[in-house]
Order: sequence, then C-alpha cells, then structure tokens
Amino acid sequence: MPEAAPATRKATVTVTLKNGVLDPQGRAIEAALHGLGFDGVAGARVGKIIELDVADGTSRETVEAMARQLLANTVIENFRIEMP
Amino acid sequence: MKAAVIVFPGSNCDRDLADAITKVTGRAPEMIWHRETELPESLDFIGIPGGFSYGDYLRSGAMAARSPVMQAVVKAAGEGRAVLGICNGFQVLTEAGLLPGALMRNAGLNFVCRDVRLTVENSQSIFTSRYAAGETITIPVAHHDGNYVADADTLDRLEGEGRIAFRYAETVNGSARDIAGILSDAGNVLGMMPHPERLIEPEQGGTDGRRLFEAAMMALA
Repeated sequence: MPEAAPATRKATVTVTLKNGVLDPQGRAIEAALHGLGFDGVAGARVGKIIELDVADGTSRETVEAMARQLLANTVIENFRIEMP
Repeated sequence: MKAAVIVFPGSNCDRDLADAITKVTGRAPEMIWHRETELPESLDFIGIPGGFSYGDYLRSGAMAARSPVMQAVVKAAGEGRAVLGICNGFQVLTEAGLLPGALMRNAGLNFVCRDVRLTVENSQSIFTSRYAAGETITIPVAHHDGNYVADADTLDRLEGEGRIAFRYAETVNGSARDIAGILSDAGNVLGMMPHPERLIEPEQGGTDGRRLFEAAMMALA
C-alpha cells in the first residue's frame, strides 16, 4: 500500500519578552547560575516555544494570526515563526 | 442593580464576589459559566472574579480572555455596562484588551498574600465615588502576577486622564508607578489586583472594600 502523505506540517512559534520588560525569572536564573560558579553569565531571559502541528496548507500568515491573537501578548512579548 | 459574575474553570473568588454583591445590594448576581455566548439582558454590572482561570496556562488570564463569554463581556463593556475585574479578573481584562498594559510575575518572584495599603487616586468613578481622593485604605492582595507593565506613553496617558484608580502605598510587586487598579477610557471598566470583596463586613477584619460596591450600586441602581 502506498504511504499516506503527511497531513500536517510543523510550525514553531518562539515567544520572547520585549527588550526593556523586566524579567524577574530571568534575573533569578542569572543569580542561580552565578551561585553555581558560572560567573560569565551577563543576563538571562525566559521565553517559551510553542510547537504546532498544522494542516499542510496552513500559511505563515495564519500562524502569525494565531500568535497575535493568542500565543503572544504583544504588549510585552515578541514572537518569531519557523515553518521548515 | 442587576449583576452577573463570570465563572471560569479555576475561578476561586467567584462566590466571595457574589456574596459581597448580594450583601451590599440585596440582590444576588447571576453566575455565568464561561461557555455562555450571551449575557442576561439589561445587566448593570459584570464581575470578573479572582482565581487561576484555566490554570494560568500560557499567561494569566490569556485563555479566559478568549473564552466565549468574554466576547459578550467585551460587547457589554462597549455598550457602557460596568465591568469590575479583580485579581485574575484584572489579568483577564488586560488580555481581552478592555484595559491597557499587562500583569507580569511579581518583581520579587514571591506570591504575595497580605493586607496592603492603597491610596485612592480617583474618587470620581462609578466604582470609587464613596472614597475620598488621597485616602489610604487597606485591602488584601493574593497574587503571583500583579506587576503592572505598560509603555511610558500609556502610563503617562493613564496618569493624565485620571485613570489610575488605586496605587499601592507600600512596596508590593514592582508595578509600574505603583499601579494597583486602572479604569478604561470611558470609566466603566475597572481592573484591580487587590480584593475589595474580601473586606465588606467587620467579621472579615475590615470594611474598606464595601464602599466600592456601594458606589457601584449608587451609580447603577
């Protein structure tokens, strides 16, 4: 039997805090790394990665709309999309 | 005053809020589940309670803000109906775009749960007319994400338009300009992190929250 064509593709949305938005979690991570002896760490920022399985024909614009409407809060966050 | 309280999965102050409304106005609010697409007719007041709606998944208030009932709340707010969001309710209102800015993790990273002193900044709104401008009141907070963030232009606009309702009178969570509660540009939407519904009877340790509900009732009844 022929293999069924994959019905979905991957879309990865990376959400990061905008510059200038204080990131207390990042600060705590930076301090903990210093505590472990990693003195070379000058900063840490925490973001999130959302991996989506989307229907094959899904456009980048559609994923961008998803990011704007829900995945990122554009008041405080930036996002970038990868669709290999 | 015909009131409704919205209930999301994970709301945990909905009954406290309903109780406060009932005790102050003498009329119990309707409890509205998040799957509803329409609100009861001729509502005067909509309360968005505290809690951890949808487990705070993605961002506090993010999922609730996109739930079916919030479309109806946004519409009602646009019609000028009074909307009060407390704690998680404030987070939901910013996520839904009814109030500017965002609420981020507390600067100290700790969950803060204690009575805090607030300064009443605006005593002209439908929610704050029973307070005096500049008055210090005590209301409890209980939150992890109460650190109000907005760009400088937005903060200046809020200040200039008298839309900061309450400010913290002590260090609490790192909020920009010590903002504890803000009003919409039309003044009919108030979001605040402190919990006025927890202080409406002397048995609760104070009554500083009661006047907020009295003010709303006077304006809307």
